[in-house]
Amino acid sequence: MPLLWILVIVLCLGVAGYVLGRQRAMASAGGDRRILHSLPSYYGANVSIFTIVPALLVLTIWLFVQPVVIERQVTSMITDTAIEDAGSRGLVMTDVRRVAEGLDVAIEQGALTSEEARNIRTEFTNVRSRLGEVGVALGSEVTPEVLDAAQRYRELNRIGNQMMTVVVLILAALGLGYAYARTHQEFRARNTVEYAILTILVLASTIAILTTVGIVLSMLFETFNFFQLYPAQDFFFGTEWAPTFESDASELGLLPLLWGTMYVSVIALLVAVPIGLFAAIYMAEYASARVRSIAKPLIEILAGIPTIVYGLFALITVGPLLRDYFAEPLGLGTSSSSVMTAGIVMGIMLIPFVSSLSDDIINAVPQSLRDGSFGLGATHSETVKQVILPAALPGIVGAVLLAASRAIGETMIVVLGAGAAARLDLNPFEAMTTVTVKIVGQLTGDTDFSSPEALVAFALGLTLFVITLGLNVMALYIVRRYREQYE
Amino acid sequence: MNDMRAVERDVDTNDLKITARGVDVFYGDTHAIKDVDVDIVDNTVTAFIGPSGCGKSTFLRCLNRMNDTIDVARVEGSIMLDGEDIYDPKVDPVQLRAKVGMVFQKPNPFPKSIYDNVAYGPRIHGLAKDKAALDEIVEKSLRRAALWDEAKDRLDQPGTGLSGGQQQRLCIARAVATNPEVLLMDEPCSALDPIATAQIEELIDELRSRYSVVIVTHSMQQAARVSQKTAFFHLGELVEFGETGHIFTNPSDPRTESYITGRIG
Ligand SMILES: Nc1ncnc2c1ncn2[C@@H]1O[C@H](COP(=O)(O)OP(=O)(O)OP(=O)(O)O)[C@@H](O)[C@H]1O
Ligand SMILES: [Mg+2]
Repeated sequence: MPLLWILVIVLCLGVAGYVLGRQRAMASAGGDRRILHSLPSYYGANVSIFTIVPALLVLTIWLFVQPVVIERQVTSMITDTAIEDAGSRGLVMTDVRRVAEGLDVAIEQGALTSEEARNIRTEFTNVRSRLGEVGVALGSEVTPEVLDAAQRYRELNRIGNQMMTVVVLILAALGLGYAYARTHQEFRARNTVEYAILTILVLASTIAILTTVGIVLSMLFETFNFFQLYPAQDFFFGTEWAPTFESDASELGLLPLLWGTMYVSVIALLVAVPIGLFAAIYMAEYASARVRSIAKPLIEILAGIPTIVYGLFALITVGPLLRDYFAEPLGLGTSSSSVMTAGIVMGIMLIPFVSSLSDDIINAVPQSLRDGSFGLGATHSETVKQVILPAALPGIVGAVLLAASRAIGETMIVVLGAGAAARLDLNPFEAMTTVTVKIVGQLTGDTDFSSPEALVAFALGLTLFVITLGLNVMALYIVRRYREQYE
Repeated sequence: MNDMRAVERDVDTNDLKITARGVDVFYGDTHAIKDVDVDIVDNTVTAFIGPSGCGKSTFLRCLNRMNDTIDVARVEGSIMLDGEDIYDPKVDPVQLRAKVGMVFQKPNPFPKSIYDNVAYGPRIHGLAKDKAALDEIVEKSLRRAALWDEAKDRLDQPGTGLSGGQQQRLCIARAVATNPEVLLMDEPCSALDPIATAQIEELIDELRSRYSVVIVTHSMQQAARVSQKTAFFHLGELVEFGETGHIFTNPSDPRTESYITGRIG
């Protein structure tokens, strides 16, 4: 039975369970819902949960386990000579799977009956051309051994699927029966249902945490490999970034990249934070409802522009402009790619992050605080400076830090605006580059994942991760300190 | 009733602080205050009483233009402070509110320390020339609001961390600290125990020697105890306004009588 049907049947059983559970609960209370421990819908939901959840859980696990088990069974049929002929065990198994699939497709299209498919022999039929007719292309002629393995593979799959269908449906029915039997006016259905909901919530947060842990672990692992090949102190304290893919003479110093990242981010924040914050204050405190309803979406459009478009803007407009009117007249350089270009354009990109969030936060400050301040004869700007902004500060710090992590992680604007040359320099009109750009650079093209030149990307990634983590911890600290003092 | 008011007005004309004539307030389409005339006399305590939702807070907020901050609110009629129309475009509401202070119905301490809460107004208006003077204002205000003993050891702790009744007294201290000429108090004792209430009533009485005080209250006893004048509002109308003693012993309107004796509201 196809998977979809199993799902539909289980869900139908679940719905039926809901109706039945509800009815039985009402019946046990003699139709008076006030006698029930919980609301009738909880009894229904309880039966539904018992019907659906265990069945689907088993179904999921089964779908993961079955291929592994079958693979193992079939692999043992393949002789060493066949493996040597094909090159590796994996390649033979790929063939087996393709032949098995091909036969299934042929049956589906009517090119073979299932009887014929089961009895097909390499001695009498050219299996390769037969399967080619139905659109399954095979790399080589099918050997009797592969065909046998494929037939066994199909057989095991068929049995497995049948068993799965039976087990899942029985489990659903059992769950329904069990929960139905337990449904009684004194049964604490609400507690069970709420426990189930709690479990879902816990699972969701666990997944989020486990993903983070997984990402960190994989980065750590690769970074560890990197440090086996390249000395850590050279990475952390090296002031030279010059990877060469040919020899062992690569210089992979982090400092020039980190410097570039910090420099660009600081300029971006210097642009974004004042503009964004002032825009937010204007919109939240001074603008009339009409202006606000037009201006806010307009500013938010900035957030919707793809960063590559910002990059183009930096490359063809801002870069040459800065070079012609600032860098060259001031004698600071002749490059149109510069930290300044990337920083300014990135700052523009970040304005809506700062302004939109700050606007919401300022709006969330209760009107009673404004009234209190006005009532004491404070002007609007005194109120904003001394009451609203301090009250909104934790949220604003959050908004700025969000913008900062965006700035640190940004790649496209830097490639197009600041260039790709790693350099430790104070001059903001000089081309520089950032950590993210180099991560991309080291992993594009033909990469050999055992060379330090490629593995360094993971060390760079981990460094960025640690930096943003540090930023977040710092934000939490600031916010908490502030709260202790004032709220 | 009208005759009676006319008589009183004649008596007090010289030291009228606020005169309101034909005041109407609308919230969008809701007509919250209907053609109200009230005189607030200098150096007296005026009490506004009436059932919940009758417009006491609304009218109180007209007296220092706090309704300006509500978009849908519209005020008509004339309100004069010391003979000057406060709704005149020339008048700066900020200066007006410095003269006419307000304690709100719901305590709204700033998310700052207790000290900074009280020092807020004096700092803004430059009332203290140095730190010592400011300390003194803060202490005096907290003492007058009967909060000093509880707060003196925790002046640097957040005002929002106080109990509801303490917050209410903090807001009173904050309003007193700015030295207003008129103090509007919207149910200043709603969350206070009898002892604190008595202390606040004492404060109100003391303030009367220098300012005029308008107090909204749901307690008939309190109105009778602290006020010299009482205004009774009902469904947005001013039903009766006059000497407190008169209103409580000999009300001329049957609605006033039923409210005071506990039949409306
Ligand atoms: N901001 C507002 N927007 C719309 N209507 C309002 C607003 N504030 C008050 N009202 C309405 O105006 C009327 C008077 O309200 P007000 O707050 O003045 O009553 P109150 O006499 O102070 O009552 P209470 O004793 O419960 O504080 C009420 O009907 C109320 O619904
Ligand atoms: Mg009120």
